[in-house]
Amino acid sequence: MRDLKEWRQTLQQQDRPADRPSLTVGMSTCGQAAGGARVMAALEAEVKRLGLQVDISQTSCIGMCYAEPIVEVALPGKPRVFYGDMTPERGGRLVASHVVQGVPVREWALIQLPGNASPYEGIPVMPASPYYGRQVRVVTSRLGLTDPESLAEYIATGGYAALEKCLRQMTPEQVVEEIKTSGLRGRGGAGFPTGLKWGFTRSAPGEKKYVVCNADEGDPGAFMDRSVLEGDPFAVIEGMTIAAYAIGADEGYIYCRAEYPLAIKRLKMAIAAAEAKGLLGSNILGSGFNFELHIKAGAGAFVCGEETALLASIEGRRGMPRVRPPFPAQQGLWGKPTNINNVETYANVPYIIQNGGRWFAAMGTEKSKGTKVFCLTGKVKKTGLIEVPMGITLREIIFDIAGGIQDDRRFKAVQIGGPSGGCLPADKLDLPVDYDSLTRAGAIMGSGGMVVMDENTCMVDVARFFLNFTQVESCGKCTPCREGTKRMLEILTRICAGEGRMEDLDTLEGLARVVKNTALCGLGQTCPNPILSTLQNFRHEYEAHIKDKRCPAHVCQALLVYTIDPEKCTGCGACTRACPAGAISGEKKQPHRIDPALCIKCGSCMEKCKFGAISRL
Amino acid sequence: MADVTLTIDGKKITVPAGTTVLQAAREKGIFIPTLCHDPKLSPWGGCRLCVVEIEGMRGLPASCVTTATEGMVVQTASPAVLEARRMLLELLLANHPQDCLTCSKNGACSLQDYAYYYGVRGDQFQGEKHAYPVEADNPFIVRDLNKCVLCGKCIRVCDEVQVNNAIDFAHRGFNTRVTPAMDLSLKESEACVFCGNCVQVCPVGALVEKASLWQGRQWELTKVRTTCTFCGVGCNLEVSVKDDRVVRVRGYDNPLVNNGWLCVKGRFGADFADSPERVARPLIRTGARGEGRFREATWDEALDYTARRLTEIKEQYGSRAIAALSSARCTNEENYLMQKFMRAVIGSNNVDHCART
Repeated sequence: MRDLKEWRQTLQQQDRPADRPSLTVGMSTCGQAAGGARVMAALEAEVKRLGLQVDISQTSCIGMCYAEPIVEVALPGKPRVFYGDMTPERGGRLVASHVVQGVPVREWALIQLPGNASPYEGIPVMPASPYYGRQVRVVTSRLGLTDPESLAEYIATGGYAALEKCLRQMTPEQVVEEIKTSGLRGRGGAGFPTGLKWGFTRSAPGEKKYVVCNADEGDPGAFMDRSVLEGDPFAVIEGMTIAAYAIGADEGYIYCRAEYPLAIKRLKMAIAAAEAKGLLGSNILGSGFNFELHIKAGAGAFVCGEETALLASIEGRRGMPRVRPPFPAQQGLWGKPTNINNVETYANVPYIIQNGGRWFAAMGTEKSKGTKVFCLTGKVKKTGLIEVPMGITLREIIFDIAGGIQDDRRFKAVQIGGPSGGCLPADKLDLPVDYDSLTRAGAIMGSGGMVVMDENTCMVDVARFFLNFTQVESCGKCTPCREGTKRMLEILTRICAGEGRMEDLDTLEGLARVVKNTALCGLGQTCPNPILSTLQNFRHEYEAHIKDKRCPAHVCQALLVYTIDPEKCTGCGACTRACPAGAISGEKKQPHRIDPALCIKCGSCMEKCKFGAISRL
Repeated sequence: MADVTLTIDGKKITVPAGTTVLQAAREKGIFIPTLCHDPKLSPWGGCRLCVVEIEGMRGLPASCVTTATEGMVVQTASPAVLEARRMLLELLLANHPQDCLTCSKNGACSLQDYAYYYGVRGDQFQGEKHAYPVEADNPFIVRDLNKCVLCGKCIRVCDEVQVNNAIDFAHRGFNTRVTPAMDLSLKESEACVFCGNCVQVCPVGALVEKASLWQGRQWELTKVRTTCTFCGVGCNLEVSVKDDRVVRVRGYDNPLVNNGWLCVKGRFGADFADSPERVARPLIRTGARGEGRFREATWDEALDYTARRLTEIKEQYGSRAIAALSSARCTNEENYLMQKFMRAVIGSNNVDHCART
C-alpha cells in the first residue's frame, strides 16, 4: 500500500460526523472482569427490544479502573459521555434517557469529551476532571476511546504516520538521533536511554539483528503494559517496526506472558491486519524494508522479564539470566545483536517520531523526559491506570488524581517498583517522580506499579509478602538470591509470628547487603529493597513486633489479642456461635470472655458483635 | 591479542586481553574460591563465591565472568568480599546435611575446604533444609540432592561434553534442583548414558560413585595414572587404589587424549580387575563344543596346542578355512600384528574386529 494518507483521509471522512448514536463498552481485562460483557449483552438486548438504530462496540481501558464497567454513549453532534459502575440493570434507563430522549443520566456520568460540540451541563469535561486534570495522555491517548482491534481506527487517528515518515523521509541514523533527542529512557524500570541502546544495536557488527518487546509484565500490582497492549496494540507494533528500521533488523519477537490472553489475541489480530495492509512483513509501504513479527507466550516465570532470561526463554531454554556483558545489543537472541525495550517504550516511539524529539523532551524533568504510565492500586479511592508527566509529586498522584486514601484513613506508605522497589513513607510524598529521585529515596521507578498503603497495613508483613514473591520466583541460579531470600523470608515470617529477636534485624541487614552486592541479575540485586526501605522508614514497626509482641497495624495474626469489654457485652451469644474454636464462654445475658489459649484470632467474633464489645489489640 | 595490565591486591599483573579476573589472579597464585567454575566448561557465574571488589564497579562482581580490562583495580580479600563469601558459605551450609563424618567426599570436598578456610561453621541460620530421598536405583551413581550446591557443572558437562542433555535445573527458588526430564531418576530417564562425567565435576558429595562407597577415605587412596584398556582410544585414567584394589576411576586431565573425560566403561568398568570370573590362565576345552568344560593349561601348552591345530586345519582344509576376530580392547599394535599374522603366516584375509559394526 502506497497511499496511506489518502486512506486516512477517506477513513476520517467516513467516520465523522457519525449519523447515529453509539454505545461503547470498556472490554479490556479490567472491564470484562468487572462484568463488561454482561452489560454489553444487556445493552444489545435493550436496543433490539426498542428497535433502535444504534452502533454497539467495544473499547479498551480508559484508566478509571475503580469505575468499571464503563459505557460510553455518544449521540451525533453531541459530547461523548462516559458512565461508570454500569450494571445490566442500569442499561434500560441509560438507553431510555440518554439514547432515546437525549438526556444524559448525570448521577452515573463520570466525564464527557465534548470535541467540537457544546458540553452537557453538570458533567466534568475529561481534560479538566479531577482524575484527568493532571494527566498527560500520550501512550494512553487512544485507550478507552478507540476500538483497539480496528486498524482503520488506528490509522484514522494518526496511526502509521510515524512509520511512513521514517520510511519516506528519514534515514535509520536520523531515527536513532530523533529518539536520542527525545531523551526517552527505558520504561521497563532501569531507565537506560533508548536512543543510546538503539545506536549500540545499530552499530553492532552482524547482518542479522532482532527487535524484541518485553511484555512479560510481572510485578504485583502492575498492569500498564497489559492495558497498552490491549488498548493500542498497533502503536506497539508500529514502534517496534520503526525500531527495526532504525537498527537494521528484519525480525522481531513480542514476549508476552501467557496470563495476558486478551493482549495476545489482540496482538495476533493486529499483526494479521497490519500484514494484510502491507504495514508489516515484506516490502513495507513499498519501501523495500521487511519486518517479520512473532509472538512468544511466556510460561509465567517472573524472572523472564529480565532481558537475558527472556532471550533464553525465546530460544527454548530455561529462563535463567546470564551475566552481562555481553549485552543483548552485542550478543542477544541466538547470539545476534538484539534491541530489547518494553511495551511502553515502543508505544512512545510513534508519537516521538510524529511530533519530534524536542516535543517529547519538553515534558518531564531534566533527566527524565516525557510521561510515565502508572498503575494505582491499594488503598486509594480511585484505583486505575494513569499517565503523568515525569516530575509530578507522589502527593499529586495519590491525593489529587486518586482522591486520597479510602475512608479518609491515614496514608502510611507507597510501594513503588514492585518486588525490586521500596516503600516510601509520608515524608517522601513531595518527592518528584523521576528515575533519579526515586532511586535516591530507596525505591525505583520500576515498570510503574504504585501500591498505596494506609495505616491498616503492616510494613513487616509487606516486606514478608515481597520476599515470599521473590523467593518463589528466584530462578535458583545464584546462591545469594536462591538461599538468601529463603533465610530472609524465614526471619520475616518469624518476626510476624512474634518470635523475632532483636539480633534478627542485624542479620537481616547483613543478609540484605550481601544479596544486593553479590546476586547475579537485577531480580536478586534488588530483592532486598522492600526489607531495606521498610527497615529504614518503619523500623519502629519491626521493633514493636519483636520487643512488644505487637503488630501496630493489627495485621499479623499471631500477635493479635481479642478481648471482650464486659461493659458493652450484652451476653447475646452471637460471638460464641461464630467462634469456630470454641474459645468464647459465658452465661446468657452475662458478659462473655475469650480464652486466649484457644483463640485462633480469626476475627469472626468481632464481625458478628453488634455492640462493638470486642476489640483487637 | 593485545595485553592488558591490571592490579590485583596491589600486584600489577599483565594478561592477554580477554582473560577473566579469576584467571589473572590464579595465574599469580592469588586464591579465589569457586564452586561453579571449571575452565573446561562454559562460564556460569552462579555460585558467587569468587566475588571481588573492583574499583568503579557496582556491587561485588563475580571474577569468573568479569573480563580483565586495562587499569582495573581489584581487591580479592577486602572486608566486603570476605563478609560476602562467609555469608554465602553460611547460606550454602544452612541447607546442607553436614554429615562430613561419613560423607565419601570428606577430604575432597570444595565446600568443606572453603568452610574451613573461612572459618564458617554453618550455624548462623536455622531454617528449612531439603529432605530429598537419596537416589541409588542405578548401579553406578548415587545422587544425594540434599548435598547439591546447584553449581550446575553436572548440567554443563552433560550438555557441552557428553552432549546428552540428560539433566537440567527444574523448579524455582529454594526448591530449584537438578533433575532429568519429568523428575525421573537417571535410570528411568533413559537419556543418561552413565558416563559419570557429572560425578567427576561435582564439587561436593551430591554425586558419588556407588562402587566407591565405604571403600576407603580420600587420604587412604593411592592415585595411579594409567591408560584405559577398554578400547583403542587410550583414555588416560587416574585410578585410586587401596590395598591393591581399584576403588575409583577418574579421567586424567590429558588434553591430548580424553581431556579428563571418560565413558561408562572406562569409569565404571574396573570391577573386572578382581572379578572371580576373570580368565586369568589359558583354558583348553575338554568336553564337546558348548558343554563348557575346560581345563587349565600353561601358556606354553596352550600356544603349542593352538599352533598345532592351526597348522592341521590349514593343511586339511586350506587357509581360507581360518578366520580371526580381534578385540577393541587390544592396542592398535596388537591389532596390526594379528592381521599381519593372518595374512602373512596363515594366508587368509578373513580378518574382523569386534568394533567393526
